[in-house]
Amino acid sequence: MFDRFLLWLESTPPAIAISESSWLFPGIESVHVLAITLVVGSITMVDLRLLGINLRERPVGELIAEVLPWTRASFAVAVCSGALLFSSNATKYWGTVPFRAKMLLLALAGLNMMVFHATIHRSVEVWGRQPQIPRVAKISGGVSLGLWIGVVTLGRWIGFV
Amino acid sequence: MLDDFINWLGATPVSLVIQKVFWIIPTVQTVHILAISVVLSSMAMFDLRLLGLAGMRNSIRSFSRRFMPWLWGALIVLAVSGSILIVAEPKRALGNVVFLLKMCMLATAIIVTLGFQTVLKRDLASGSADLAPSHFTVAKITGLLSLALWVGIAVAGRLIAYTG
Repeated sequence: MFDRFLLWLESTPPAIAISESSWLFPGIESVHVLAITLVVGSITMVDLRLLGINLRERPVGELIAEVLPWTRASFAVAVCSGALLFSSNATKYWGTVPFRAKMLLLALAGLNMMVFHATIHRSVEVWGRQPQIPRVAKISGGVSLGLWIGVVTLGRWIGFV
Repeated sequence: MLDDFINWLGATPVSLVIQKVFWIIPTVQTVHILAISVVLSSMAMFDLRLLGLAGMRNSIRSFSRRFMPWLWGALIVLAVSGSILIVAEPKRALGNVVFLLKMCMLATAIIVTLGFQTVLKRDLASGSADLAPSHFTVAKITGLLSLALWVGIAVAGRLIAYTG
């Protein structure tokens, strides 16, 4: 069932165009990398703030509100460009370990973010202005940083298998 | 001349080891990309501030103090990891037009950044609380140029893999 979906995906016009063109894949890949650098960079700013390493004079809530729209927009671009790259050779990518592991880490990073926003972030106006950062928030920042470094690592690895 | 150097570098023991151990290149590339994300995000924030598009509640001075150390720190990581990649595959980089273009853009971006920092420092030294209003146009041009250059550098970096 899923195999058939992958085959169908590969047969869609954009997928065929990408796999037949000599410049579409590198072009879209450049956009994908650019978008990822902005996703990871902006998230890193927040994670390092949660860990108490940088931007300590800025209230956490304010920083998150300022950075998040950029993260979201870049992530949307990364997903779209990534989906196009994936479609050009779906069966092959799906069969590789780094690709599956990357999707898993992405899901975990998303879950971590959702838990953060649903729990400790609710009271960010209280603790976000104090020098002491709650342990839960610190853990969330550390986990996020680790997961995103993993996503980039695995993403690069996909190109080598 | 260059070909001789490329061949010599590619035959050095260090290069041979890096080529043989399969995980070194992807790992170093990953570090390189992570450092690029620090540079691009920091510079995007700073450049958008210069363009008046983000962080207008904060001074250019505070943005500069906040993000410049990240730029220089990440650039050191990029230089080291980039050098390792050149030693690993000299022909892929040194013999590549896109690589040379990337280095030219990098040099220009550094010059533009240092130039702007000098302007900012002079304004602050002459008693101004932030960048002098007479330099706002300079700031906008710097922001636009820097943003374009860093995007160009990242794109060129990826395209090195596809060009000869």
